[in-house]
Amino acid sequence: MRERVLIAAGLAVFLALFTYPVWWAAASGTRAAGPQLQLPQTASVCVAPAAKMRASHMQMLSDWRSDSVRRGVHQFRAADGRLFDASLSRTCLGQCHSKTEFCDRCHAYSGVSTPACWQCHNDLHSTARSIR
Amino acid sequence: MKLTRKEFLITSAATLAGISGTKLVTSVKAAAASTGEDGKPRWAMAVDFQKCQWDQGCNQCIAACKHAHNIPDVPEKAHEVKWIWKELYKSVFPQQSEWVDPALTSHPLMLLCNHCSNPPCTRVCPTGATWKRGDGIVMMDWHRCIGCRYCMAACPYESRSFDFGDPRGEIANINPDFPTRTKGVVEKCNFCEERLGRGQCPACVEECRGHALIFGDLNDPASEIRTVLRSRYAMQRSPELGTGPSVFYLL
Repeated sequence: MRERVLIAAGLAVFLALFTYPVWWAAASGTRAAGPQLQLPQTASVCVAPAAKMRASHMQMLSDWRSDSVRRGVHQFRAADGRLFDASLSRTCLGQCHSKTEFCDRCHAYSGVSTPACWQCHNDLHSTARSIR
Repeated sequence: MKLTRKEFLITSAATLAGISGTKLVTSVKAAAASTGEDGKPRWAMAVDFQKCQWDQGCNQCIAACKHAHNIPDVPEKAHEVKWIWKELYKSVFPQQSEWVDPALTSHPLMLLCNHCSNPPCTRVCPTGATWKRGDGIVMMDWHRCIGCRYCMAACPYESRSFDFGDPRGEIANINPDFPTRTKGVVEKCNFCEERLGRGQCPACVEECRGHALIFGDLNDPASEIRTVLRSRYAMQRSPELGTGPSVFYLL
């Protein structure tokens, strides 16, 4: 029964060491570095607020696809009334973002595999802009 | 509350009249819409092969389509991808070739998807990857195509091609505005649906030097295509099949 104290002390030391990264980060206030994203220089407002884009850009792209291919609606009206071409290649990559320095960096950081879209769709507009 | 017999009958009659009245109005509205008077166009094309400048080596329509839609140049003839292509009159209209002037029967014609009003290809597609739109365009959704090629077998005009390999390597200059296709899907002319959506006419029509391709709305009696179909004799490919092609050849 005398080992009880030893066991408890050992367990406490183990738990302290095991959870060290969590409480040390909480205590010192440091956070892991996020992905280094290159934001567009030309435009300051996206087609939807950043939080919404972060959470549901994939749903929006899927809706754009259904609208333009299945329903023949090629334009998208943003919540603030602006009108856009409902096209990832022509609008997002064509006017603002770089695929390699924006999309790919965040996808790599979050461990999201590259979608199969790129077998057919291209990012030539953003490549052309970065060469210019 | 107490209703007299008279009040009860009046209320019932008024309610019935109200319900049947609204039913009548909605059914009349639906009937008007189903007769095609809903303002939607029906796109069609006429090929005036007397104006076609093929004898001067013009291939502008094919080149324009190739660039607009990233159509691969497949060296293997059996794997060729065709959206708009040329064939001689006598092989397009074999039944109307006997005793006809050889100058006509050896004339090449532009062929493309007929965008039939009763398309056999859409009926056999198991995934809904091809269907007929309200404006007459027979559309392809490459996201859904599983490459079974039933539509290719069903099309009597050989208007559909299959990507036996990855087409990316066989496109000289990729147009950034249009996707390429991937290995294992069926593709065909889309009547430049993406350009129509932006208010432009099809690429082949725009680039045709001799104004041999006339594109327009069959539902609009004042359109150029309706005018030309009224004044000239026009043929359709194999009309006896009942497919109702939207591509006309002007004699």
